[in-house]
Amino acid sequence: MGESGLVRLKAIERVYRTGRVEVRALRGVDLEVARGEFVAIMGPSGSGKSTLMNILGCLDQPTAGNYHLDGQDVARMRKGELARIRNRILGFVFQAFHLLPRTSAQENVELPLLYRDEELSWKDIHSRARAALEKVGLGERLDHTPNELSGGQKQRVAIARALVTEPRVLLADEPTGNLDSRTTLEIIDLIQGLHRQGLTILMVTHEPDIARYAQRTITLRDGLMASDVRHTPLDARQALDDWTEARQDMTPTEVVAP
Amino acid sequence: MKWSAVPYSALRALRRNLMRTLLTALGIIIGVGAVITMVGLGQGASAEVKEQVNRLGQNVVLIFPGERQLGGVSIGGGSANTLTAEDARALREEIPEVIASSPEVRSTRVVVYGNRNWATRVYGQSHDYLQIRNWGVESGEMFTEEHVAEAALVAVVGQTIVEELFEGSDPIGETIRVRGLPLEIIGVLERKGMSLMGSVQDDIVIVPYTTAFQRISGRTHAMVINVQVFDEESMEIARVKIADLLRERHRLAPYQEDDFTIQTQEEVAQMATETSRVMTWLLASIAGISLFVGGIGIMNVMLVSVTERTREVGLRLAVGARGPDVLLQFLIEAVILCLLGGIGGIVVGLLGTEIIASIAGWPALFSAEAMIIAVTVSAAVGLFFGFYPAWKASRLDPIVALRRE
Repeated sequence: MGESGLVRLKAIERVYRTGRVEVRALRGVDLEVARGEFVAIMGPSGSGKSTLMNILGCLDQPTAGNYHLDGQDVARMRKGELARIRNRILGFVFQAFHLLPRTSAQENVELPLLYRDEELSWKDIHSRARAALEKVGLGERLDHTPNELSGGQKQRVAIARALVTEPRVLLADEPTGNLDSRTTLEIIDLIQGLHRQGLTILMVTHEPDIARYAQRTITLRDGLMASDVRHTPLDARQALDDWTEARQDMTPTEVVAP
Repeated sequence: MKWSAVPYSALRALRRNLMRTLLTALGIIIGVGAVITMVGLGQGASAEVKEQVNRLGQNVVLIFPGERQLGGVSIGGGSANTLTAEDARALREEIPEVIASSPEVRSTRVVVYGNRNWATRVYGQSHDYLQIRNWGVESGEMFTEEHVAEAALVAVVGQTIVEELFEGSDPIGETIRVRGLPLEIIGVLERKGMSLMGSVQDDIVIVPYTTAFQRISGRTHAMVINVQVFDEESMEIARVKIADLLRERHRLAPYQEDDFTIQTQEEVAQMATETSRVMTWLLASIAGISLFVGGIGIMNVMLVSVTERTREVGLRLAVGARGPDVLLQFLIEAVILCLLGGIGGIVVGLLGTEIIASIAGWPALFSAEAMIIAVTVSAAVGLFFGFYPAWKASRLDPIVALRRE
């Protein structure tokens, strides 16, 4: 990969100090992610995967080490510049969706574009948000507020919000953590679709089943990289079809059987 | 952040919590409404006072007797017997600027007509008193200099007397009795209304001062000399000349203080407006306190709102908002909340002024100034009380904020 890496972490350390207690959440992590990769980040709680995600997402800065994102040295940036990176290079998807309540899907998706000062007209903002919602299959639900949407639809709105800025990297933090298994597959299918279109995706998950839909799985343990495995991803579309078939094969008696 | 998105986002956020927005704005509505009502009523009262001072007459100078010394101790101004009817006549005859002068004695007496009686104030005045007071007769006429010279038993009465003793019928030519003294009514005064001190000026009987001095009040000296000066420019000269003449007539040595006090109408007006101004300020500051309390309400609600919306702030930061963007957003929310309150307050204030003024019978004055000030102040309240919560929001750590449940 070398210089072409979109995400390059070198000897990243992150130390938290609370009073006299010192917690070394990350103890020297090296990671290179090339353009167009789909990487799952795994690890038990306390392994440092959340810390790594915060650093990758430019929400936090490393105590030591280098972080280059899209060729820019983000480890040395000031807060305002980091906000700009988050707005332009990164897209976030969270486990808890984080949609504004009582606000339409359209307006939720427009939100990141409002932080681009006067760059875009309202007309552009509206049409971009509409396009992003169509991309995630919610073109018909622009005016729905989050409480009128199902969990899967909420996450689709959140993904549209992440896509509307045309980011280089999509960061997904347990994107299916609040969803049932069928909806999980639908969302993973959506994410795989984005990946096929060339988007670089980093996804934190604690479920090995979910990680298998990525191309590469990184496992953290005690603040260090424990493994970095490339594998052939499962196809979520295929899994969805199988799931539907299995459902159809079930006879009514089997469904109600104790 | 896109500029036009700031007020838009703020309005949306306020609408998302409509009930809370309305209740919070209510604090400001009441505050601003109270300020506008109080200032409006205060200005109405001032205008009323000015109007009454004008009704006092034009270019009037009042001369009060000086303090009486009793064994070296002052027993209060206006109590001495130093001013005589002759002083009054001398002022008119010897000072060219003085065009009218009337020595006044007042006494409260029961006036009898037939089987009715009425306690009223009987004034002894000279024939040019009405000219000084800028007061006209509605029917009949004022007594003349001759009436005064011969201490004639004639009277001019106010509207209250006509109502109370004559039940509104024409009293000209009728005879009323004061202490058994028969007085023929030769004139009825125009209605004058309330005085500065709140007394009904129409409750009055005016007789020649000669008659009053000798046969009604039993006094030998004037309680006040009402003087009218030719024009406004001559007031100061007249004042000096009056003082000189009175000192000379009272044979005061240079080392002695004046045994009289001269007050111009302007000074009376100043005193009266000063009083109403102080009242206005007092009322407005009490109302200001309620505005302040409303502001504290804003701060309280904004703090709650920031806490409640921590995750929203976290999200905004994650998608590219900078600290100042968040600060501005919450600040503008507070300011818009206050401005809405301010506008509501103006409506409430105008209604309140109208209602109270109509009940109290004062003129209601709506000053654009008070409204502009009220809106500016409410925006300032929003800025002031909104700043701390907004600053708190802008300082949130996005990681912590996003994880907050």
